[in-house]
Amino acid sequence: MRKNEIVKILVPAGALGIPYDRVALDAGLLEKPDLIAIDGGSTDSGPFYLGTGTSKYSRSATKTDWAELMDARAKANVPLLIGSAGTCGADTAVDWMLDLTLEIARERGEHLKIATLKSGQDQDTILRALERGAITPLEHAPTVTAETIRETTNIVALAGVEQIQAALNTGADVIIAGRTTDTALIAALPIARGCHKGAAWHGAKIAECGALATTNPNSGVVLMHFDDQGFVITPMADDAKATPYTVSAHMLYENANPYILYEPGGYLDVEAAQYRSIDDKSVRVEGSIWHDTTPYQVKLEAARCAGFQTVSLVMVRDQHYCRHIDAWVDALKKSFAQKALKNGISDVSLELRIIGQNATLGALEQRRHDAVEFGVMAIFTSHDQSRSQEAAKLLNPDLLHLPLTPHEPMPTFAFPFSPPEMNKGALYEFCLNHVMAVDDPMDGFTLEITES
Amino acid sequence: MVLGQEVKKIRSKNAGPFWLTIDIFCFDDKNFQDIQTRLDTDTVARLFQTDLSQISRFDIASLQVIKFSLPRPHIQGTAEDSDMHGASFAVLLEELDLGP
Repeated sequence: MRKNEIVKILVPAGALGIPYDRVALDAGLLEKPDLIAIDGGSTDSGPFYLGTGTSKYSRSATKTDWAELMDARAKANVPLLIGSAGTCGADTAVDWMLDLTLEIARERGEHLKIATLKSGQDQDTILRALERGAITPLEHAPTVTAETIRETTNIVALAGVEQIQAALNTGADVIIAGRTTDTALIAALPIARGCHKGAAWHGAKIAECGALATTNPNSGVVLMHFDDQGFVITPMADDAKATPYTVSAHMLYENANPYILYEPGGYLDVEAAQYRSIDDKSVRVEGSIWHDTTPYQVKLEAARCAGFQTVSLVMVRDQHYCRHIDAWVDALKKSFAQKALKNGISDVSLELRIIGQNATLGALEQRRHDAVEFGVMAIFTSHDQSRSQEAAKLLNPDLLHLPLTPHEPMPTFAFPFSPPEMNKGALYEFCLNHVMAVDDPMDGFTLEITES
Repeated sequence: MVLGQEVKKIRSKNAGPFWLTIDIFCFDDKNFQDIQTRLDTDTVARLFQTDLSQISRFDIASLQVIKFSLPRPHIQGTAEDSDMHGASFAVLLEELDLGP
């Protein structure tokens, strides 16, 4: 370990695609960072993106933001690193990001060395690992069988600092990593250069959402300083400050446990960490502890296709029906069950959600009130899109006209669209919350170099 | 008064696809100590229709925060889930009446 090594990392935003302060980015470049690092994704937008291996952000918006960071990289003449590329970090999302990078480099007339680190896992490898007991469930993990694995459309392992360090060691100008832990892409370089491990991981957790740990979350840009005892966070926007409160409170964010963070190869404990202001906008943190664990484990994420959905929407404004909305929705369910039986549709499930009553919280909703109107959202789920659509068409006349009692005049409710049903496509589900033991951290990861 | 009017802020958020975490930010030490004694974990378990053993509670005096983590009511993005980011669940605590 080289003593007194200082590593500075510029983090432009919590994720590529989230707005940040351009002036603050320029201020950050003047601080001569060793690396520009940004997160490209998360599971937070849901399983669709991993299921399909695609990005949630538009290609054009991603290109605009990425071109600005490539420009910043050229000015600073340091590597630019993105982790969890294309929201989900699947191999197809890494290829998408590489394609964008090559296009921008061409337009800028830049010759770049680009490293891609792929995290995609093939089903056979995971099935063998499952058989030999190398895959362990985390708390509240779904049950996993060989069949679950075979149903997946994408499985990724989350890279830690070891795999990111391998990518940094290629000397690439731009590094596009597939799924990584949010923290590993910031912790990798300081750990490689002998900075304090606990500080590297803790600082990385604090910086992974950009300026969220400061008084101006929307400004995005933070400069992280790492050394052999601690880290310092400094937001780069003029009006942003880091305080011991904003920094320590960030450990609460999206963390089930505010003191412990599990990462590939070990865990971070911040319970003894000390936070102090060192000037009017920077906070220094010391005392976080990293614990190595064996065997070396990587976390797995996977999504499988759980069916296809069609959604119909009808608006109920008639006050008589609003007052009896539960009874009306029950009548819809009964009518659907009868029609499904009569027409041989046994392979479609129907869920009716009453918008304006409890469509957000479901059975947990505590409040009831009279409403001016209700929306009724009918969600049909089946193994086949044509079947869910067929079922939606079957219910269509009832959604429009079903009376509460046979003797009242036929009502007509409000369809906002023609047709009122929309094919939503595939329904994906996350199906792994597990860790896998590997002999070598690079097992299952693929590092490649492309020259632009 | 309901809890949301007695504290600075309540937020809920996914902690990964399988967990939900709720942070109650109090105004100061006094407010924190008051809420800490009046809000029991049983009540939270009842609100979320889950077992007490499923809920982790952290009383963080240095931040004046009470934090609860529990398995999501439905796994994120499944057919049964109705809030992808889990932010609406905070309302259940905001609207909770703790009595006088």
